[in-house]
Amino acid sequence: MLSGWFVALLSAAYFALLFAVARFGDARADSGRSIISANVYALSLAVYCTSWTFFGSVGRATTGGLSFLTTYLGPTLMLLAAGVIIKMIRISKTYRITSIADFIASRYGKSQLLAGLVTVIAVIGIVPYIALQLKAIAASLDTLFAGSGHAELFWGLDSAFLIVIVLALFTILFGTRHLDATERHEGMVAAIAVESVVKLVAFVAVGLFVTYGIFGGFSDLFAKAAASPELAKLLRPDPARAGAWTALLLLSGLAIILLPRQFQIIVVENVDESHYRRAVWLFPLYLLLINLFVLPLAIGGLLGFNGQAVNPDTFVLTLPLAHGANALALLAFIGGLSAATGMIIVETIALSTMVCNDLAMPWLLRSKWFQADRRQDLSGLLIGIRRAAIALILFLGYIYFRAAGEAYALVGIGLISQAAVAQFAPALFGGMYWKQGTRAGAVAGLCAGFTVWLYTLLLPSFAKSGWIGLEFVEQGLFGWSWLHPQALFGLSGLDEISHCLWWSLLANTAAYLAVSLLTKPDAVAASQAERFVDISRHSHANANSQQARLWRGKASSTALVELLERFLGAARANQQLAAHAQARGLADWRELPADAAFVHFAEAELAGAIGSASARVMVASVAEEDNLGLEEVLDILDEATQVRAYSRELEAKQQELEAATAELRSANDRLRELDKMKDDFISTVTHELRTPLTSIRALSEMLHEDPDIEAADRTRFLNIIVNEAERLTRLINQILDMAKLDSGRAEWETRELDLGELAREAMDSLCQLFREKNVMLDSTVPEHGPLVLADRDRLMQVIINLLSNAVKFVAGGAGRVSVTVSAADGLARVAVADNGPGLTAEECSVVFEKFRQGGNTMTDKPQGTGLGLPISRQIVEYFGGNLSVESQPGKGACFFFTVPLLAPEEQSEK
Amino acid sequence: MAHKILIVDDEPNIVISLEFLLKKEGFEIALAGDGDEALAQVAAFNPDLVLLDVMMPKKSGYEVCEILRADPQHGGLLILMLTAKGRDTEVAKGLAIGADAYMTKPFSTKELIAKVKHLLGVV
Repeated sequence: MLSGWFVALLSAAYFALLFAVARFGDARADSGRSIISANVYALSLAVYCTSWTFFGSVGRATTGGLSFLTTYLGPTLMLLAAGVIIKMIRISKTYRITSIADFIASRYGKSQLLAGLVTVIAVIGIVPYIALQLKAIAASLDTLFAGSGHAELFWGLDSAFLIVIVLALFTILFGTRHLDATERHEGMVAAIAVESVVKLVAFVAVGLFVTYGIFGGFSDLFAKAAASPELAKLLRPDPARAGAWTALLLLSGLAIILLPRQFQIIVVENVDESHYRRAVWLFPLYLLLINLFVLPLAIGGLLGFNGQAVNPDTFVLTLPLAHGANALALLAFIGGLSAATGMIIVETIALSTMVCNDLAMPWLLRSKWFQADRRQDLSGLLIGIRRAAIALILFLGYIYFRAAGEAYALVGIGLISQAAVAQFAPALFGGMYWKQGTRAGAVAGLCAGFTVWLYTLLLPSFAKSGWIGLEFVEQGLFGWSWLHPQALFGLSGLDEISHCLWWSLLANTAAYLAVSLLTKPDAVAASQAERFVDISRHSHANANSQQARLWRGKASSTALVELLERFLGAARANQQLAAHAQARGLADWRELPADAAFVHFAEAELAGAIGSASARVMVASVAEEDNLGLEEVLDILDEATQVRAYSRELEAKQQELEAATAELRSANDRLRELDKMKDDFISTVTHELRTPLTSIRALSEMLHEDPDIEAADRTRFLNIIVNEAERLTRLINQILDMAKLDSGRAEWETRELDLGELAREAMDSLCQLFREKNVMLDSTVPEHGPLVLADRDRLMQVIINLLSNAVKFVAGGAGRVSVTVSAADGLARVAVADNGPGLTAEECSVVFEKFRQGGNTMTDKPQGTGLGLPISRQIVEYFGGNLSVESQPGKGACFFFTVPLLAPEEQSEK
Repeated sequence: MAHKILIVDDEPNIVISLEFLLKKEGFEIALAGDGDEALAQVAAFNPDLVLLDVMMPKKSGYEVCEILRADPQHGGLLILMLTAKGRDTEVAKGLAIGADAYMTKPFSTKELIAKVKHLLGVV
């Protein structure tokens, strides 16, 4: 049996540790060396795992099987939407948001009504949740002492109350150090991170003990479970519960952001956006580890306490105790304690800020007492209010815990709380992405969702606890069955959480959308909508200047400074004023002009302390403000949008220019390339023209100067001159031809023609040449066709070119050239084959280039220009065909071209 | 003794005219139709001067010129480059790799004779 005093001492030592860590964290923060790293931030997120996770998930696994996993999967999925959450963090930092109530209220025109409404919903939803944590601590003490009554009385006080007092002390010490609620509580966050580690270590230790100490490892445990039909059911996902799974996923996914403590840790306490990127994977990993042993513990407990009446929620403690592992049980107790206290501390800080700024302040600002004395320093009062709120919230939690006891209303509160804060989702996310969302819409949505939640979830839980009559739950309000709170409008078959979530979020979203579309925002709301939705465009400096433009009126510096001193305290006010003056390049803040920028600065400072809604009211009370109409605000915002549009246009223009420059550059490169090609071409042409000219000039000069040249030589030379002159003429004609083809200025006379007939005609015109050289010409040409669309003269030119090339290269006497005309696969084909010397593979590839001539010996100098084949190829390609060669050295060459056949329908048309 | 001249060109009609022209001036003539033949003839015929065309199959006139200039055996050999490509860069290139003179086609027969004689020191 464990000694009560020992447990008390251990708990005290644990709290002392927390105080030390928090003290250290604050001291480091004060000296400017923050200990909040990405890892600490990620760990502090695990404040999500309350005692309800620590003890309760094992209990849920004993009945719901794998469904406890949703509380792990939902947050993981939500955190993956990093863009949404980082946007939220950015908005909050830019506009000094202090809580989720402040966030929503600020978005919809800094509305006190909305802030109050969110606060009320949060308090109603969360206070019972705090009570649940106290109950968990009390229950774990009871278990530890096996119900011996030790838990009930220490010095005549019950242990839960003692813990409430310690927690109140801790929260007040580390949660209200500064008045400025946007100031981070680094000591508190560090302590929470430590608590996260403690509860993880404790839970995993118990898990390992049960799995490997009591049983023979995972496989043994699961094998034993599979052997029992009851337990085997837990290991299978139940398809009938798929709907509930979805609802739980949604619920826990929303809770990770919307629970006030989560918003506090993720958004308000965030030091550096980049920390979030670590949390995106580290926090899910944490959840994975802490969930790893849930099922083994559940199965182990069910197997171990077979038939005994042991509450599954206490397995984490009772299993070690039953096996005499008292030290481990104590560790588990400390783990549970850390889970409960972490939640209570952060939740209380978040709620107290909301209660102070959004409930107490508006009331205070309207009170006669406040109006009477305008000089009073309120900073002390504000801290006092916040501390009182902490004590009050904790006390309320305690009262609820005492009152509700074992009632159903307490046991099921975890999910009920989450369903309550889920109501913030439409207004919050809608506000971040939809400019048309209005304050009236947000109020309507919240009211509708909250009412449905109240009616379908909270009141039935009260009824089941026996606090109010059960009739309306069983028969529906006024006996109308369609008002049955757990089967609204006849929607039955869902579990109560899914049912509530479905109807409440439906009513909430529908009301938010419908009312938003039907109402118009006022000036402040419109400008806030713009700032929230387009936060990425409003960098800090930018936002300030625009905010300044959106304020017009008269203010006195004195009044503003007084206001700041009043709410922040003189020291803090002076410090902030000096910083602001310095940022504006002034040595002394007393020189600050009472301009829009100053007013805006003052309002932002106040917002950090008392919330944006109250800050707005206060600033308005000391300044004579011109009310900007909605139209005017929209104009200013519109102007900003236009400026953005212009800058975007400019950016686009610049990109266009850059693209154009790049295009020009590449065009220039292309031109330069073309220029070089032209240069090379001209150089080649020049060479080709000069060569015959050289012979002509040399020979004619010789003939001219020496009349005594022998007659035979004279005839020979004149012959050469004539031939070279002819060559020159041919060359010039072909160059002109080529130039025309290249530039696309050639004239074409395309018509239907019979390719076979054309080939016969070409052969006829050259038969004289063949006969002279004694070369045999045979042909395989059909009598009619094939028909193609082409220019008759041009195609004739190609065939004659191929034939004269062939006759040029074959040997006289033994030479043989054959022409084949055929048609296949939609193409007409003309082939000219010879038995000449043939071409090497290399020659085959260059023979169609300009000025490449086949044959290269002095004895066999061809009389070509080197342009015939390139011209022929261009002609054939113009008609959609192809000219190529097949040849091997010594085996003759076969040049052939194809031209598309005339399509049959075109033929019939003709 | 008559000076020996090697005519290197792949264009038969130019060879015919040059051969006739130079023979009439009393030179001893040998012929080559491409770069390889030219190198063989320089070795066999041992000319005093080579009339070297640039654009030829197998080896270009530039290559032939470089090979000849790298061979100390032909230290005193005169090289007159003939080319149909008249761009300044080509003239410069020919002279840079060691040609003694450079003429562009079509050339004046008188000028050619004068240049050949000048190179050979015959007046």
